[in-house]
Amino acid sequence: MSAAISAIKPRRLAPLALSGPTTLFFIGLVLLPLLLTVILSFNSYDYTAGIQSDFTFANYLTVLQDEYYLSTFWRTLRLALLTTVITVAIGVPEAYVLSNMRKPWRSIFLLVIIGPLLVSVVVRTFGWSMLLGKNGFVNSALAIVGLDPVQLLYTETAIVIGLVHIMLPFMVIPVWTVLQKLDPTVEAAALTLGASRFTALRRVVFPQAALGILSGSLIVFALSASSFAIPGLLGGRRLKMAATLVYDEFLIELNWPLGATIAIIVLVANLVIMLAYNRLIERQAKRKLG
Amino acid sequence: MVDDVSQPPGSPTRKMGQAISGVATHGRMSMSFLNLEKVSKFYGSVAAVHDFDLAVEKGEFISLLGPSGCGKTTTLQMITGLVRPSSGTIIMGGRDITHLPPPQRELGVVFQSYALFPHMTVAQNVSFGLEMRKVAKTERDKRIKEILSLVHLSALADRYPREMSGGQRQRVAIARALVINPPVLLLDEPLSNLDAQLREEMQFELRRIQQTVGITTIMVTHDQAEALSISDRVVVMEKGRITQVDTPYELYEHPRNDFISSFVGKSNFLRATSAFNGKGASISIDNTPIRFNTDRREPDGKVSIFIRPEKLRLTEPGEGQIQGKVTTRYFMGSQWLVSAETPAGVLAVAVPNLGAPPPLEGETVGLAWQNADCRVLAGAAKS
Ligand SMILES: Nc1ncnc2c1ncn2[C@@H]1O[C@H](COP(=O)(O)OP(=O)(O)OP(=O)(O)O)[C@@H](O)[C@H]1O
Ligand SMILES: [Mg+2]
Repeated sequence: MSAAISAIKPRRLAPLALSGPTTLFFIGLVLLPLLLTVILSFNSYDYTAGIQSDFTFANYLTVLQDEYYLSTFWRTLRLALLTTVITVAIGVPEAYVLSNMRKPWRSIFLLVIIGPLLVSVVVRTFGWSMLLGKNGFVNSALAIVGLDPVQLLYTETAIVIGLVHIMLPFMVIPVWTVLQKLDPTVEAAALTLGASRFTALRRVVFPQAALGILSGSLIVFALSASSFAIPGLLGGRRLKMAATLVYDEFLIELNWPLGATIAIIVLVANLVIMLAYNRLIERQAKRKLG
Repeated sequence: MVDDVSQPPGSPTRKMGQAISGVATHGRMSMSFLNLEKVSKFYGSVAAVHDFDLAVEKGEFISLLGPSGCGKTTTLQMITGLVRPSSGTIIMGGRDITHLPPPQRELGVVFQSYALFPHMTVAQNVSFGLEMRKVAKTERDKRIKEILSLVHLSALADRYPREMSGGQRQRVAIARALVINPPVLLLDEPLSNLDAQLREEMQFELRRIQQTVGITTIMVTHDQAEALSISDRVVVMEKGRITQVDTPYELYEHPRNDFISSFVGKSNFLRATSAFNGKGASISIDNTPIRFNTDRREPDGKVSIFIRPEKLRLTEPGEGQIQGKVTTRYFMGSQWLVSAETPAGVLAVAVPNLGAPPPLEGETVGLAWQNADCRVLAGAAKS
């Protein structure tokens, strides 16, 4: 009798016990802070009395009606999209070249691509600010050729350059993984049917990598839209992006509820865009590629 | 019915193939449709294909047959242009195509894995080659429809490759290769992924399509039954070299050497000795002369006698040319495969299933044959 019970019980408890730690971890580190942030965003803030534990939509109204915040959101969206498009344009061919490399070179170049991830973002970004600065490498090179110096640092161009550089591995790796698995004779078949190399790539190879490109662009978009160090260092104090805005509210203005509100809006917008994009592409790719 | 089943795979009724091979023997003088001349491919110092010479006539169905790694795929890929020959020339329709890139060759190629475009439907797959040729939409649709009905796939035009069976995919691959009206169709082991029954069906289907379109076809295979049953001529390869080019019937009945006779069909090699007796050779097995006098000059000393299992007959003990003891017998449906231990070695005998089962294991039997069905080969038999 007791043997029967003890035989059943552990079996029922096993899934709970096994998933328990992860669940607690997830609740404690993701859901709880998120919930607190949501609650915080409905509180009001008084410059003399601090955070009031009341319930108001005022923060949301303030943010969504303020030209300053809206323009920052718009810039964030625009730059994240631009970064994604450029990483696709550079990363996909790069992944193709990588997957066609011979034995020793492939590992060497894979390391070259992943290498930058081993260096701190802040260090790499400082590198870019030295290259792009007023007396930086780029302007010195222009001066040698006899051209006027250009303002690169503290522009949106600088932010995008920095983002693309840092995001590239996140595009190359998923696409490369998919390309690795493709049957090379499929590309050869396109050639024998009269396609040029370029047409074969465009119409046969890259469409098969659609799911890799999808996951790559989701990662790149999410990371770019929430990036903090790069816009902070390369965009300067004037060209802020969403994460910088949140940082400012929390640590400079000390208006935590408003910071929380901005954070939630960015999170929701990000989620909506990514889910819509995922739906759009994945539905097509799933039907075709299984 | 019984006659039908007991016939060897390469039936002697293939007149067309023989007629064509008659023409091909003049290939050196009057240029054939597709000529490979001393084509070789080296990987490092290893020759994957060596001095490959072949003249293919228009409308002919050629099989490249050989064991794994003998260079069949390499040969085919040199014709497609996907592999560059190290030396030699390939001439098609009088034009040197040795160094032409694949898209300009306009050949129809069916790969071993089919290589269908997984993200395109059947119709889109077939349409691809036509789009590359800038064929107008209406014309394209018409030709896709025609070719899909030829391969019996009209109903599946909107399916994706992964939603289809192996046999259906294979037909899509053939349709995609044929729709561009290529001068030559090249197939790399197109049937190797199919199960035995479907494979047999598809063999005849392939032959039907090939004859309907009348297209010159070269097929790679390592399945000798497949090569014998559907080709006009078979090219046997061994270690990168051609060992024999012949019609299936000739190849089966008159294999040029040991390798071919054991690779194409089943065969027996009897241990024997041959002695020149002034006029011809007298052959003896185990020091007992057998009734096997030839008036041809046969090799002296140790020889092996080649004979097909279906050319041997089981007789009552004491009759026939030699005596043996049954070691195993397998029932194969249309026939029994009996092994008998004899002084000349273990011999396989194919006994047609005519109702009466052959002797049991351990029983003594006689074995008989017609001397015309034997060939004497120099050197001792291995088994
Ligand atoms: N890219 C390559 N590099 C080096 N060696 C190669 C290469 N491709 C083929 N070979 C070698 O050339 C020889 C012939 O290869 P091939 O693919 O033509 O054989 P096959 O007759 O088609 O064999 P299978 O029946 O197994 O397909 C093999 O020994 C193979 O190892
Ligand atoms: Mg092969």
